Amino acid sequence: MSATDGPTDEHWIDPEIIRPYVVTRGRTAPTCGKFDLISMALAIGPPPGPEAGLDPEHHSVLRLCREPKSVAEIAAHLNLPAGTIRVLLGDLFDRELVSAQEPQPEVDMHDMKMYRAVLDGLRSL
Amino acid sequence: MAFDRSERPRVPRAIKILIAGGFGAGKTTMVGAVSETRPLRTEEILTDRSVGIDDLTSVEGKRTTTVAMDFGRITLNDEYVLYLFGTPGQERFWFVWDELAEGALGAVILADTRRLSDCFPSVDYFERRGTPFVVAVNCFDGAPSYEVDEVRLALQLAPSIPILLCDARKRDSSREVLITLVKHSARLRAEPVG
Repeated sequence: MSATDGPTDEHWIDPEIIRPYVVTRGRTAPTCGKFDLISMALAIGPPPGPEAGLDPEHHSVLRLCREPKSVAEIAAHLNLPAGTIRVLLGDLFDRELVSAQEPQPEVDMHDMKMYRAVLDGLRSL
Repeated sequence: MAFDRSERPRVPRAIKILIAGGFGAGKTTMVGAVSETRPLRTEEILTDRSVGIDDLTSVEGKRTTTVAMDFGRITLNDEYVLYLFGTPGQERFWFVWDELAEGALGAVILADTRRLSDCFPSVDYFERRGTPFVVAVNCFDGAPSYEVDEVRLALQLAPSIPILLCDARKRDSSREVLITLVKHSARLRAEPVG
């Protein structure tokens, strides 16, 4: 292959695919936990300063999570894939900057309190 | 459990309901009709999951696909948040359905009477998986109207599975569908709730 050859279809990487990997420095899995699509995250403590060494995307996640937000919501608002948000949340969780809550597991679906909350919530819409 | 650190503030727990059905059946419309904000969209980048990917070099030449899911949120109270997820339409994304169906309270299958057979894959999927579901016939203007019994016969649904007519654009109507689903799920998995 000569130096003048342009990128072939096989070697072309969509920039939309590259950005998430740059944001996470190539990491595809969080350092801790699983972070389901609807795991909830809430920012805790005072906003970190520059000494924390966080990337702009980390700060964006923290701003969004002043109110509890799911992985899916954060991803939608920041226009990044859910997998990227999982990695960023893992970093923030390690630094004790977010608190997280896993979704309602299927085994607990017998929980009548949960069913009652859903019905009451829907009725008051 | 990694997330269980008791000194941290309480974070609400998420519950999800899936909205399934064929292309154009009104899934995102229903999500938008009952959610507290306009429908949001999240994307998952799919690669060959059997191979661990930890740097860009292994991504090169790998086929990647993006699956988009529309969803909405209903804050129930301080303890629970409900998410409604429209399922990705293409059947080649079944494994995404598996992830979505995991832990779901139940599913609404939206039916369009002009293309009733579009529901078959969803009905089969949730029956096989044991996920509680209801069928909501979205009454489009000008579409042939059927009685609930005719739909039940066409989809070969057991008498215990609720079928109702709805207008996915309307909040009241969509809310009624969700309430029917929640009661049905409670009946199957726990005890009846009023």
